[in-house]
Amino acid sequence: MKSLAELAQIREQMKNKVNLREGGNEIRVVVGMATCGIAAGARPVLNAFVEGVERESLSDKVTVTQTGCIGICQFEPVVEVFQAGKEKVTYVYMTAEKAQKVLQDHIKGGKVVEEYTITNAKKA
Amino acid sequence: MKELSLNILDVAENSVKAGATLTQILIREEKGRLTLTIKDNGCGMTEEVLRGVTDPFYTTRTTRKVGLGLPLLKLAAEQTGGTLTITSRHESEYPETHGTEVTATFDTTHIDFTPMGDVVSSVVTLIQGHPDRDFLFRHEREGKPTVELDTAALREVLGADVPLSEFSVLQWITEYLHEQYDGAENT
Repeated sequence: MKSLAELAQIREQMKNKVNLREGGNEIRVVVGMATCGIAAGARPVLNAFVEGVERESLSDKVTVTQTGCIGICQFEPVVEVFQAGKEKVTYVYMTAEKAQKVLQDHIKGGKVVEEYTITNAKKA
Repeated sequence: MKELSLNILDVAENSVKAGATLTQILIREEKGRLTLTIKDNGCGMTEEVLRGVTDPFYTTRTTRKVGLGLPLLKLAAEQTGGTLTITSRHESEYPETHGTEVTATFDTTHIDFTPMGDVVSSVVTLIQGHPDRDFLFRHEREGKPTVELDTAALREVLGADVPLSEFSVLQWITEYLHEQYDGAENT
């Protein structure tokens, strides 16, 4: 069974890690979690990013956060990627699978997944 | 909403936005009835706001005027023959005891009952998004051990250095809750 003692262990393990993180986060992944986003399936998308960032050991430079309604409910689930010095990228109609590709190609590889962006969706 | 757990996530987000430092999510299942209570110590609502809140054309947002969170929960409850009741005390009148309590009842045997779905994921999502707030989750089921999580207790163990949104903590919470549900299934 899971016990609070395990949490205390986590705390000990984190002591060293926390200091390393002071370098700051370079990329911010923001998932819309208002009624519109939640109803459209934002919860698994958010979890895919949270788990993916950990799996790919990106937590030093990537943070995953939630926000309210961005105002484009018809495109939900919506994910915005902010990176210093670069233009914001808005991904629409997201799924957990698409999140994996965004993680690999964009967050890790630096190449925007154009086909999932709002610009592309509006063209179609 | 495809799952009741998504309604829970959605309505609890309102509590967080109302500035609640503690949001309680209480589920009780008994004899074909499910009672869901979401109770917070946020700023509360004035009577005027409270009157309009289950109207699908009401919202707190100023950008647009449609809010669907509570109307959707009301629909989910009423389509099973259940009810939605909301009581609220606004901070202007109740500086010490303000907050909102939303209670929905469901007939779980009704064909239009929305399945609970992944409520563990909803709880973990709330904590991930709002690691500085406290959540108390309790799911009571007839004849089975109660599933419970209190972030205040976890915070005490973790101290000030480790946020609840830390991945290893979220993973621990997920497993902790799943173990309680699995344990509850086996008894």
